[in-house]
Amino acid sequence: MVFIIIGMSLVTMIPRFLPIFIIDRIPFPKWVNQWLDIIPYAALGALIFPGVLSVIPDKPWIGLTGAVIAVILAIVRANVIIVVLGSTLTVFLFLML
Amino acid sequence: MIEEINHLNEEQLHKKILLKKGFMAALPIVLGYFPIAITYGVLAAQAGISLIELTAMSILVYAGAAQFMGVSMITVGAGSLEIIIATFVLNFRHFVMSLSFANRTRGLQAKWKVPLSLGLTDESFSIASLHTKEAEQTNGGYFYAALIISAYASWVIGSFLGGMLGDVIPATLSQSMGIALYAMFIGLLIPSVKKEIRYGYVAGLAMIFNYIFSYTFSIDQGWSIVCSTLLASLIGVFIIRGKTM
Repeated sequence: MVFIIIGMSLVTMIPRFLPIFIIDRIPFPKWVNQWLDIIPYAALGALIFPGVLSVIPDKPWIGLTGAVIAVILAIVRANVIIVVLGSTLTVFLFLML
Repeated sequence: MIEEINHLNEEQLHKKILLKKGFMAALPIVLGYFPIAITYGVLAAQAGISLIELTAMSILVYAGAAQFMGVSMITVGAGSLEIIIATFVLNFRHFVMSLSFANRTRGLQAKWKVPLSLGLTDESFSIASLHTKEAEQTNGGYFYAALIISAYASWVIGSFLGGMLGDVIPATLSQSMGIALYAMFIGLLIPSVKKEIRYGYVAGLAMIFNYIFSYTFSIDQGWSIVCSTLLASLIGVFIIRGKTM
């Protein structure tokens, strides 16, 4: 068990801090910098979908509805906390029905 | 003399403000992590992992999806090496995220960089990389430290409580909280898209790629997220060409 935990820790931590040393030592061409700067938006997309469909694994439409509510709340400029609570409440109500 | 004291106080105040801002920015993560961490603690305890071991895993690994996977692999009796390799594959996306974060926060003092990078998760990366102006400020590290430590504390404390107390959150509620982090990602993405629609195209592309990779080609979740993120953002360079970033 200790071996598993240490091993999991190393393979998780090394990819996290290695980039710090890469960035300081290797000068990137402009297009690579642009590429890296767009990554957060692409990552958000990939993290949201299709994962959100599996919030309630046997009822993907519940996750989808929760996501739509989150989108609407975010469009009307609600604070992120409100977006989170509104979306959670939506899923909660569906589960109670 | 008095001026010097005033200056010191001002700096202290500025640090405090940054800490508070960091904590406020982390609040959605804190809220989202807590029930998931409790669920992890409960499942790990059920799998026969001791309270110390399951908490140590949260402290040392600090990666939700990988820890759930680890627990279920331990339950079915998978080999240690197999678990470690699967963890590497699942978490390799953080390499890409950390690379992007390090590139966006070059202004940050060197002493902050390594400790902060160790606390990068999908969630803290998303919030941190949409707050890049803090990195330009003196003491900007305080903002990111507060953000990352709050999220980390929520994960570790939640795991411990779940392992110790068992299911303290009613099932329906904790299931509903499963959407919290997705809602947070949406809440982070939409304001950027409203400012610049092309970021929306990039995110949409990543969603389509991720869907195709994971469903049509049944690629591992870890690689699927890495590939779709890299591919969509590479295409994004061409979509956004010409605009100063």
